[in-house]
Amino acid sequence: MNPRRKKRLGIILAIFFGISATVGLIVYALNQNMDLFYTPTEIVNGKPDGTKPEVGQRLRIGGMVVVGSVKRDQDSLRVSFDLADVGPKVTIYYDGILPDLFREGQGIVAQGVLKNATTIEAFEVLAKHDEEYMPAEIAEAMKKTHEPLQYSTEQKEGSAK
Amino acid sequence: MIAEIGHFAMILSLGLAVLLSVLPLYGASRNNTMLMNSARPLSWGMFLFLAVSFVILCYAFYTNDFTLQYVASNSNTQLPWYYRITAVWGAHEGSLLLWVLIQAGWTVAVATFSRGMPQESVARVLAVMGLITVGFLLFIIVTSNPFIRTLPFFPVDGRDLNPLLQDPGLIIHPPMLYMGYVGFSVAFSFAIASLMSGRLDTAWARWSRPWTIAAWLFLTLGIALGSWWAYYELGWGGWWFWDPVENASFMPWLAGTALMHSLAVTEKRGTFKAWTVLLALSAFSLSLLGTFLVRSGILVSVHAFASDPARGMFILGFLVFVIGGSLLLFAVKGAAVRVRGNFDLVSRENALLGNNIILIAALVVVLVGTLLPLVHKQIGLGSVSIGAPFFDMLFFWLMIPFSFLLGIGPLIRWKRDNLSKLVKPMIISGAISVGLAGLFVTVLADHFSGTAFVGWMMAIWIISMHGFELYERATHRHSFKKGITKLQRSHWAMMLGHIGLAVTVIGIAMVQNYSIERDVRLAPGESFQLNEYNFYFEGVRDKDGPNYDGYIADFEITKEGKYINTLHAEKRFYTTAKSMMTEAAIDRGVTRDLYIAMGERLDDNKSWAVRIYYKPFVRWIWAGSLIMSIGGALAISDRRYRFRKTAKNDKKLQEQEA
Repeated sequence: MNPRRKKRLGIILAIFFGISATVGLIVYALNQNMDLFYTPTEIVNGKPDGTKPEVGQRLRIGGMVVVGSVKRDQDSLRVSFDLADVGPKVTIYYDGILPDLFREGQGIVAQGVLKNATTIEAFEVLAKHDEEYMPAEIAEAMKKTHEPLQYSTEQKEGSAK
Repeated sequence: MIAEIGHFAMILSLGLAVLLSVLPLYGASRNNTMLMNSARPLSWGMFLFLAVSFVILCYAFYTNDFTLQYVASNSNTQLPWYYRITAVWGAHEGSLLLWVLIQAGWTVAVATFSRGMPQESVARVLAVMGLITVGFLLFIIVTSNPFIRTLPFFPVDGRDLNPLLQDPGLIIHPPMLYMGYVGFSVAFSFAIASLMSGRLDTAWARWSRPWTIAAWLFLTLGIALGSWWAYYELGWGGWWFWDPVENASFMPWLAGTALMHSLAVTEKRGTFKAWTVLLALSAFSLSLLGTFLVRSGILVSVHAFASDPARGMFILGFLVFVIGGSLLLFAVKGAAVRVRGNFDLVSRENALLGNNIILIAALVVVLVGTLLPLVHKQIGLGSVSIGAPFFDMLFFWLMIPFSFLLGIGPLIRWKRDNLSKLVKPMIISGAISVGLAGLFVTVLADHFSGTAFVGWMMAIWIISMHGFELYERATHRHSFKKGITKLQRSHWAMMLGHIGLAVTVIGIAMVQNYSIERDVRLAPGESFQLNEYNFYFEGVRDKDGPNYDGYIADFEITKEGKYINTLHAEKRFYTTAKSMMTEAAIDRGVTRDLYIAMGERLDDNKSWAVRIYYKPFVRWIWAGSLIMSIGGALAISDRRYRFRKTAKNDKKLQEQEA
């Protein structure tokens, strides 16, 4: 190889390694930091495709705070509350200050780790600064779960029989 | 009646913008001097009518004209007058009007400061800018008109401005940011104009440079202001959240930074031409992409504007037109750009290429992190969120080679250099970096953190290598004392730009690794100890404002028994907007901020949830951005950008090009 080609090969190899290192890092970092969104119903019953989150998995959950479920520890800032959309409830534990607009009956999104089948230890709780606001993710999820709650084709056939 | 004049002025301005985007272009292709000369007066007309329209909207806000729907939704008679004016850009419609006004302002600026440029180029550049203005004006008039009336049943009072936006930081943050976003349209127009004429010469790079730096300068300030505002106003004490909207402003910044450096190579060495053009096109395209993401409502974000699918579709169409059109033009004409790249592996060209590659890699990281959740959802895999650690980790790793290159780049000569003479300063500077970084991390913090150590090391590496460069440059011909006064402004600009980055890196390294954040339960009379600081909660008192009910919690801070400060953290309930706001109280300092934000009153009606933060070196992040911006301002004021105005020099310039 003449020196000119050698140099070019060197540059191409360097670029190749640079790109692969970057892509590798991105994929690795994504694996570590991508959190799937679930509704309380999906945590208990699984997503439509049957996948359920595993215990210890990091995830995002969105739903309405069940009225009367907020309980505070007397000596610390530890708080627990139930979150539901239309189906089963999930309990969230959180240590810290809730957002200004956190209220019972209000839609919130929490980020945390699944402790057991129906419990989540949250490290972040978000509520939007708007009275009528419902996080888009929750609105959509509730729309989705609403449909099967009406009448499925099976039920309709059943009643016709 | 007055509002109709504003509406009408806006439409007239659209008419002028249409003329501006057609006539000079046609004139340039036909070599018709009269048509080409129409570009300047048309730009002025477009700007003046938009200014009239904007002033009228401000007046409507000032006089509480609630017959305008936009005013009624975003203002209130209780709102102080200065916030009534800034409410003009507090929501979608008005902020777009500000956007277009700034766009027209840049057009006029180009028209004014382009005397030294050939008539044909000026005509083309202004026409392209006119075309962009047409797009935005159509967008406003068709989908988001701020002058729509609520007649005949207008509300007695307005719904008030979002309380988060009732803050001095917000008076200047959006205009600065828009100055930056829109400013890249100048570099974009220069690139398009020169692609059209097929003349991508060094003169083109020289003309684009000051405009690009100006846009970059405003964007830097705008982003820094936004970060500062989020820090004290949102009450979370964070300075950057990797929120999609922040990312939308950061992407053009990264592209713009790459563009500035690549333009330097194109101007000085005449290489990298195609790449520079591509960067100029992408910097503005990314600004548009940001607008699309923010205003179409497809992203979930703290900043998201009230959304409307029609708006999203319009911007998407505009985006496709601008990006598709410019890339098409680039594909057709760009191939003709041939450069003999004649430089060695070790050369400043390659160092700057490395800088560009890393900046683009960072850009890709942000783009992936911002758009992946969208794609993931659209292809039916469910919604996901990508957390801040993703970005933090990747930026940490990208920053290491970046700052290494940044340290040696200015010392390498153009075209060809030998690394052997750099070995000694590199070893010395490396040793200083390791030593000082270790010293600072042990002295300033209570435990050792690897990432903070690397952060300090990178920053000191940059500073010491630049110190060495400064010394070399100053003692090149004269004694140090005399030489340092002979340095050009552009050289100081580079110094400040790079050292500003180092200062920001120090701030980030300290804040990210040594912040202490405690959420505690406190009753009046109790106190909390954070490191050597003692926070004594004195009590809560009422304090109502013009449009809110509020109360203040007083905290006395002492350090080892010595009085430091009394902080007043506020909690406000805005009655019209019906929302609760937290006003954090901050004791500012060069090496640390103490930050208190009130949470809620707890069930026993006595104690409160309180956020107490210790934020070391957080101000350095913004100070660094400020230093970078000053560098930018120095670069623009450098003598070589003051274009020769006399006819003789004009001729010389043209001869040079020929």
